[in-house]
Amino acid sequence: MSSPQIEIQLIAAIVAMACAIPGVFLVLRKMALISDAISHAILPGIVIGFFVTQDLNSPLLILLAALTGVITVVLVEFIQKTGLVKEDTAIGLVFPVLFSIGVILIAKNANDVHLDVDAVLLGELAFAPFDRLMVGGADWGPKSLWVMGSILLITISLLLLFFKELKVSTFDAGLSSAIGISPVIMHYGLMSISSITVVGAFDAVGAILVVALMIAPAATAYLLTEDLKKMIALSLLFSVVSAIAGYWLANFLDASISGSIATTLGVIFLIVYLFAPKKGLISVLYRQKQQKIEVSLITFLLHLNRHEEERERHINHLQEHINWREVRARTVLDLAEKNNLVKIKNDVVSLTTKGLTFTEKSLDYIINNKDEKIEPMKEDFFLFRG
Amino acid sequence: MSINEYFNLLWSDYTLRTITLGTAVLGAICGMLGSFAVLRKQSLLGDAISHAALPGIALAFLITGAKDSVILLLGALVSGLVGTFWIRGITSKTHLKSDTALGLILSIFFGFGMLLLTFIQKLPNANQAGLDKYLFGQAATLVESDVKLMVIVTGISLFVMLLFWKEFKILLFDADYTKTLGFNTKFIDVLITFLIVLAIVLGLQTVGVVLMSAILLAPAAAARQWTNNLGTMVLLAAVFGAFSGVFGTAISASQNNLSTGPVIVLVAGVFVLFSFIFSPKRGLLFREIRFRKNRTDLKLMKTLQFMYGIAQDHENISHPHAIRILNNFHGFTKSSLKKLENEGWIAIHGQQWAMTPKGFKQAQEMYNQKTVNE
Repeated sequence: MSSPQIEIQLIAAIVAMACAIPGVFLVLRKMALISDAISHAILPGIVIGFFVTQDLNSPLLILLAALTGVITVVLVEFIQKTGLVKEDTAIGLVFPVLFSIGVILIAKNANDVHLDVDAVLLGELAFAPFDRLMVGGADWGPKSLWVMGSILLITISLLLLFFKELKVSTFDAGLSSAIGISPVIMHYGLMSISSITVVGAFDAVGAILVVALMIAPAATAYLLTEDLKKMIALSLLFSVVSAIAGYWLANFLDASISGSIATTLGVIFLIVYLFAPKKGLISVLYRQKQQKIEVSLITFLLHLNRHEEERERHINHLQEHINWREVRARTVLDLAEKNNLVKIKNDVVSLTTKGLTFTEKSLDYIINNKDEKIEPMKEDFFLFRG
Repeated sequence: MSINEYFNLLWSDYTLRTITLGTAVLGAICGMLGSFAVLRKQSLLGDAISHAALPGIALAFLITGAKDSVILLLGALVSGLVGTFWIRGITSKTHLKSDTALGLILSIFFGFGMLLLTFIQKLPNANQAGLDKYLFGQAATLVESDVKLMVIVTGISLFVMLLFWKEFKILLFDADYTKTLGFNTKFIDVLITFLIVLAIVLGLQTVGVVLMSAILLAPAAAARQWTNNLGTMVLLAAVFGAFSGVFGTAISASQNNLSTGPVIVLVAGVFVLFSFIFSPKRGLLFREIRFRKNRTDLKLMKTLQFMYGIAQDHENISHPHAIRILNNFHGFTKSSLKKLENEGWIAIHGQQWAMTPKGFKQAQEMYNQKTVNE
């Protein structure tokens, strides 16, 4: 590995981590799309900032552009408050307009400005090591490493300082204002940090892929845990892994690094989406199927419980009475028999003692529907899952 | 070229006519179908779909090697649909919310598309000069066959929309009721979504993946301000969309270095801004005027009520009183007294006011009405 390669990976990992932290809170606050809006809407800010500073990595430009990001949020909220359009439409209207203004600003000044829309939108990580920070003639490493490093450092220190406040205002805005933590300040603080991160990162990974870096790790982590600390840790892990793996994939394909980082994030999300132990698609579908069978079983047992007469409990009669398809009826009957809930004698189904207690318990639960009844029931249900 | 020249050239210049017709038709179909997207709270779905279409274009090119826009758009359609249904899968089967799902699919598909595009660029026999235009769109690349395709697709969607008008409408406003009536809501839902995806894909070549969502939303959002009737809204949105397309093309053609997509978006944005402010029923301007008027009316009534309280204590209701016994707290100003006098509710003589029988009655009735309401 040559030194630019190491530097690119280092920058990618730092950018990814800096995006992942605000991303977690955006996802939890259901504001993930604000990152999309900000990342597009900062374009005019960047262009104007570039006119002033002539340097894409200047802190002034970052602040100016980040201000545009916050203005976007304020504008979106203002339109939402007028009630003229639904909330998502407000986002969808504001950012394309601001983005268009940015594109036109660039196009009108194309001759004087060394900046093009492709670069802003897509970024190019491979060039990052060539823009170096020179202090007193000495080479201090790539500029973007310093910029993103400081942003990451600020984000982490703010996270550690205000963790409690962020947590409470994210999950319970009412409680938060009651105990004197203003959710409004937290909201705009988070928005400012997100804007600054997006602006700092667009140079390296481009405006749209910033969105991937913010949302994807957090969404993936959210499928695996419901603990905020674990979620942040997992997001950081995913972001770093995909930054490094994405770099090597791009190296192998000779393609855009940011694109391949986003693709890696997508693959990781897909795997987790399918296979996550509790929230994954496969386990959700499996659980839904189990629940369906359980409901059928209980319906079946309740039905048996209601009918004393043998005629009503004859297998053929039951099938037409409950009106299930053959396969389903067979599954439910087998399941009930296997667990000693029913016994079949001369094609007449009757409840065993165990079945009777279970049915009465279920009935009790259905009638009362009290929470404390659920816990012991859960254990009973587990019987059938084996 | 000035705008006037543009409109003169429009009738003689073939390319200009093709492009203008293309953007106008595009604006119309997007406005039409965008109305449904806006009303179904799926505004940002358009954004996600347009980004999600990018890998489809690249893959279609990789597989077939063709630059024919129909094949590329077919690829875009497939990948846009995959994105849409994945978003639904995420929101319905996991606890992730729709904003997360939209942002996730949008950025990941776009990233994957970029990966493929840069990969194609580096291929030895890369003949990919046409693929970049899907990022920001280039109306200038529209040829007659593209416009024909647009017209055909618009015609078909219009036909389908009219055919299923009743179903679309009822699903839009009361999904549960639609289900109880026995309509196949899933089918109608998929049909609307499919049409929206189709409109987006159609616009990619002209305005590009990044700005496509605005063309979908802006005309509909503007039209929404002027009417509460779905049919009128769809029609208005189509008109706004078509005008945005024509004016956008005109402005960008009359200036150097202006790509059409952003200009169309800005023109549509102006339509929205104008509608937000000046729409007579919902607009901000008239709403503010109404607020102010209500407020002064209320103040006037309050003053009258206070005068009534004083006048009640006297046998002669028209007994004159000094103006200074009214205080500011009760909303009395010179102009409000003047207004009360103009209404004929009080009479003013120098520094004194006296209630007229008409004013007394007015105040009395107002009071009665209040008790009735309570």
